[in-house]
Amino acid sequence: MSYAVKNLVPGSKELIAFRISDQEFCVNIMSVREIRGWTQATPLPHAPAYVMGLINLRGAVLPIVDLSARLGMKDAEPTARHVIIVAQMKTKVVGLLVEAVSDILTITDENIQPVPEVSSDLERQYARGILAIDKRMICMIELDALFPDTESEVA
Amino acid sequence: MDMNEIKEIFFQECEEQLAELESGLLKLNDGDRDPETVNAVFRAVHSIKGGAGAFGLDDLVSFAHVFETTLDCVRSNKLEPTQDVLKVMLKSADVLADLVTASRDGGGVDASRSRGLVKELEALAHGELPSSSGHDAPKPAAKAAPAAAPAAKAELLKPSDDSGFQPIPFSFDGFGEDDEPAVEGSLYEVTFKPRRELYSKGNEAALLLRDLSRLGEMSINCDTDALPTLDKMDPEASYFSWKISIRTTRSEDDIRAVFEFAEWDCDLEVKFAEEASSNEELPMVPVPFDLSILDDSSAGEDERTSERGASEETVAAALSAAETASNVSRAARVAEKKESAAASAAAQNNAAAAAAGAGQTIRVDLDRVDRLINLVGELVINQAMLSQSVVENDATGTSAVNMGLEELQQLTREIQDSVMAIRAQPVKPVFQRMSRIVREVADMVGKSIRLVTEGENTEVDKTVIDKIAEPLTHMIRNAVDHGIESPEKREAAGKDPEGTIKLTAKHRSGRILIELADDGAGINRERVRQKAIDNDIIAADANLSDDEIDNLIFMAGFSTADKISDISGRGVGMDVVKRSIQALGGRISISSRPGYGSTFTMSLPLTLAVLDGMVVTVAGQTLVVPLTAIVETLQPEASAIHSFGANQRLISIRNSFCPLVDVGRVLNYRATQANPVEGVALLVESEGGGQRALMVDAIQGQRQVVIKSLEANYTHVPGIAAATILGDGRVALILDVDAVVAASRGQSMKPEMSLAATG
Repeated sequence: MSYAVKNLVPGSKELIAFRISDQEFCVNIMSVREIRGWTQATPLPHAPAYVMGLINLRGAVLPIVDLSARLGMKDAEPTARHVIIVAQMKTKVVGLLVEAVSDILTITDENIQPVPEVSSDLERQYARGILAIDKRMICMIELDALFPDTESEVA
Repeated sequence: MDMNEIKEIFFQECEEQLAELESGLLKLNDGDRDPETVNAVFRAVHSIKGGAGAFGLDDLVSFAHVFETTLDCVRSNKLEPTQDVLKVMLKSADVLADLVTASRDGGGVDASRSRGLVKELEALAHGELPSSSGHDAPKPAAKAAPAAAPAAKAELLKPSDDSGFQPIPFSFDGFGEDDEPAVEGSLYEVTFKPRRELYSKGNEAALLLRDLSRLGEMSINCDTDALPTLDKMDPEASYFSWKISIRTTRSEDDIRAVFEFAEWDCDLEVKFAEEASSNEELPMVPVPFDLSILDDSSAGEDERTSERGASEETVAAALSAAETASNVSRAARVAEKKESAAASAAAQNNAAAAAAGAGQTIRVDLDRVDRLINLVGELVINQAMLSQSVVENDATGTSAVNMGLEELQQLTREIQDSVMAIRAQPVKPVFQRMSRIVREVADMVGKSIRLVTEGENTEVDKTVIDKIAEPLTHMIRNAVDHGIESPEKREAAGKDPEGTIKLTAKHRSGRILIELADDGAGINRERVRQKAIDNDIIAADANLSDDEIDNLIFMAGFSTADKISDISGRGVGMDVVKRSIQALGGRISISSRPGYGSTFTMSLPLTLAVLDGMVVTVAGQTLVVPLTAIVETLQPEASAIHSFGANQRLISIRNSFCPLVDVGRVLNYRATQANPVEGVALLVESEGGGQRALMVDAIQGQRQVVIKSLEANYTHVPGIAAATILGDGRVALILDVDAVVAASRGQSMKPEMSLAATG
């Protein structure tokens, strides 16, 4: 957690970094409501493959999205060590299944490198920038771009 | 509290006043001639005008004013509330409601409509009142402003100043010198006895007397007989009354207008006394009533004024005592003065509540109630989880724990019921809205129709009330437009040319039953049948019972209207009505007698928050099937299962064959159909009276479940009505029985189109 800084420099932002397979991603901490352990989800009929089902989040019904599958990688096989990042997207709250949360980063815009030109539409759609930190490469993703309109996207 | 909040309160109250207004007018329309009804109607318009004046909503004020003037004629028996008069008034109530909405949400109101009504209202007020036409002409600015009077002292001064009126010192020489030679100063005797409420609402007797003094020369006599000894005095009570002689060129109405805001809280008598000379017992002492008396509560000044203002020492003492008394209550209201507008809003609220004679109520933000309901939902789930884990971990079960659990269960249930009751509201507001629709549509199509409502105090959850309004509106429009015949046809058929639509609400075994009956021609089965054939809904040689034909009108794309009118035929048919009722967990059916009319019956759940469900297992998943949908459950025997064609299977139940629907297959839980003999069949009632047998693997039991919306964080799932949380904390899905049945018929399980999108 070497990059966690208490007092934010103006213009800087905090990100939560997490791991899926052998890749690292991060999202803006402002959209993260909480992080919790994996529990068995109730599958939903007629749902896309990356929608794992519903869990009970203190009385609210929370849909769980396998972020690995959503990013076009292989389907996750959740274990007790997997975590769910509860994220707010506009009015809806969605749980994102990831392997592990790795870091909280405080960065300024200068730390963000543009996304290299790649052929895949999917990567272009969600990737908002690349961070190079300690020889690690962390991809900054935009959740709203991943689920632009939860309504039509999931249905 | 900021201005917007105060305004919000005003608009909430407007809603109540409008409801009061409409129900009062309808009562009058039904022949009720109770003066209290007329008063209630008048009060409603008056309160709206008053509040609107305080917020500077000029359109609203001027319309309400004209309306009020006409109502006043009814109140003073100068205008007979005939059907024709009430028709105009009901329309005016509608426009007033529109103006309130427009003031709140922005946007305008059809100006020609309100202008036309203003003319009609004025004509009513004048037509019957030729003598009073002189002073009865609307003076919106002058009359509306006093309505705002208690709100701010500064504003109080305005109206009289603006009206350009100058008090004329009374003198016999003054006769004939005036601009209006025909009108001479006449003497009025005013008896004014405030009640305690007057002071508690922030009014001041002294303020009113000052206002009165502006109208002309007056002398005041304070009646102190009721004043108790000091030790028995209640500082908030009202002990004084005043006898005032006033000589003024203004009319009696103008005098009454001074007390406009206090008139419900005092005994007021205004008498015309002809000549000054005939009033020897009340010596006319010209009193320059000092305005500074009211500028602030400086006791010294008050005393000075009262001494100057009275001709006898006793009166002076009494008046100063009155000032002291009002100073006491004034001191108690220091805090309120800062929020005088709020105080006036509250005062109006009190008046409204007192007028309605309603029980004690509090106004609560809906969010808070929803939060409470959610929490109770959690409590119910937690209690179920607790019970389950106690049973699992302690099979023997100590009696103390079990007893405690049982009590907890009972308490939880009771708390749940009570909390649900908070949201329960009478269906009255919705029913009342319907009367407006009947009026408007009947007007449009030139029919004469009366709406009779019954059981409007039946209570249902607020969400249900909100959601039935739209399908109900549509059905009412239908009933008026093509349910009831034209007056000529009705007369020819030997019926009352005026049609009747009856709207009834009642409780029936944990559900609410809403019936909409018209006495029209009933369903033209020949035409419905032909239409269904034309639209390829049924085969030309289909053999249908009368009931089945009637139910055809619920089919998609069906409309019996030959021509598309303004009212119906906008592409929304009864099918959409039916679907929105079903989306509420309700059912709708129709019965019709040719020549005698049709009756639509809706059966709706009382609440959308909890549901009695059958917990079942399908392909390893736990599902909840709403109990109301289930007719019976049965264990199919192999001999009862019959294959039908390639994929269909039927089950024979008491010699009738019913299609089997594998829920696991419909929901894509499994690729192939399960063996029905290994499962349980739930016989469910489907649309149009047909039955289906839903196959599930096992039944776990019956349970009341808390409904959790899927749409809040996800989206609508075809075949699934909602979700719930079970005792073990897991999420379970609630089956949408009708969608599953529809899917089994080959209809696609696309999300339903909403009524709002197309209506």
